[in-house]
Amino acid sequence: MKDFSREEIDYVLDAAEKLEPVARGEERSRLLDGKIVSLLFFEPSTRTRLSFEVATRRLGGQVLNLGSVEASSVMKGENLADTIRVISKYADLIVLRHPLDGSAQMAAEFATVPVINGGDGSVHHPTQTFLDLYTIRRESHLEGLKIAMAGDLKYGRTVHSLCHALSLYGAEMTFVSPPELRMPPEIVRSLRKQKIRVKETDSLEDIIGDVDVLYMTRVQRERFPDPDEYEKVKNSLRVTGDLLKAADPDLKILHPLPRVNEISPEVDETPHARYFEQAFYGVPVRMALLALAMGVIE
Amino acid sequence: MNEKRDLKIQAIENGTVIDHVKAGQALNVLRILGISSAFRETISFVMNAPGARGKKDVVKIEGKELSVEELNRIALISPKATINIIRDFEVVQKNDVVLPSYVEGVVRCTNSKCISNSSEPIKSKFSVLQSEEEGVSLHCLYCEHVISEEIAENLL
Repeated sequence: MKDFSREEIDYVLDAAEKLEPVARGEERSRLLDGKIVSLLFFEPSTRTRLSFEVATRRLGGQVLNLGSVEASSVMKGENLADTIRVISKYADLIVLRHPLDGSAQMAAEFATVPVINGGDGSVHHPTQTFLDLYTIRRESHLEGLKIAMAGDLKYGRTVHSLCHALSLYGAEMTFVSPPELRMPPEIVRSLRKQKIRVKETDSLEDIIGDVDVLYMTRVQRERFPDPDEYEKVKNSLRVTGDLLKAADPDLKILHPLPRVNEISPEVDETPHARYFEQAFYGVPVRMALLALAMGVIE
Repeated sequence: MNEKRDLKIQAIENGTVIDHVKAGQALNVLRILGISSAFRETISFVMNAPGARGKKDVVKIEGKELSVEELNRIALISPKATINIIRDFEVVQKNDVVLPSYVEGVVRCTNSKCISNSSEPIKSKFSVLQSEEEGVSLHCLYCEHVISEEIAENLL
């Protein structure tokens, strides 16, 4: 994500906005007519895979799925480089999801067709960041944004790349987490170096009245050796109807999903809840990325 | 004193002398240059020799003038080393090592989940940065992991 300038990000988001009626099924498009998109998913990911599939089909393209890894040549010991070289001969674009860090970069070196990183290892998931930015732009505003990110800020890759991207827009950021899961200090340092206003707290109550967007993430049980500690943290960072009484009426709540119990179900029916729309925005954003990568739109 | 030290490590007729190597790094200098037991010329080195600027290592490689690119890799583990090219017992060229901006296949990425540590047909690739506070650091071009402390321990 760090390779993208603000202008380039805006360019992708503009393209996504133009394609939104197609993503909603209100208009038809043949932009990817005759094109085949290969979805190479080496680890499970429902939302990312499905939204790439929908994006391709809505644009009139066809999808080639790897199927299960167990049944593929990977189980016979084929390396990723060879898989990529072969699939390059079959498809017009590859979307790759792989458990190893940097696999998409390597795939791009061996592919003769464009490669889109659908999430590699624990660091990168750039299309998620694009859709998060698109959601913020559509549902709130990127310019002059006050955002709070809450939950597991230590390991959450979506918040790390979102921070970097939002720094290009000069957003004010508040990080809400238990002490064990705070934003890595090198990220906070780098944001402050860019003159970004950063606050850190462990309480949602402290910030709920003063932000435009609250970006929630899941706190994973496996991060805590002590189950009691997990229970305590889990309940300390929970968005409820009560909490939202103090919120700005225009506050939007986002979440990359899946959620567990960090947003209580009563919040879903409030105008603050935008996480299901956020999941939908993955479609126009991925349509834009597919169309731009294949050069069918400029 | 000079004569005594010359006894420890003989002058060479033709080749390369790497001086002012950080104390204790002589063997790593050979590794970083890819010099192994298959090398047939004479190699001599001293470790922890007293020098005007504290202890240092010196490496002498007979009969081989190493390329600038090869020699500059030494800066990764010993940024103050100097290179002397010797012809007919005379120093014909003396240079400081210059930190390269990019290295390939020299250092292993310390992120065990990095694709460059798997069985893929690729070499590790790093961009090299230097800052006042943190010294030399390597930034993996695959996984973006940063190595600063343990460069010498992870030479390939």
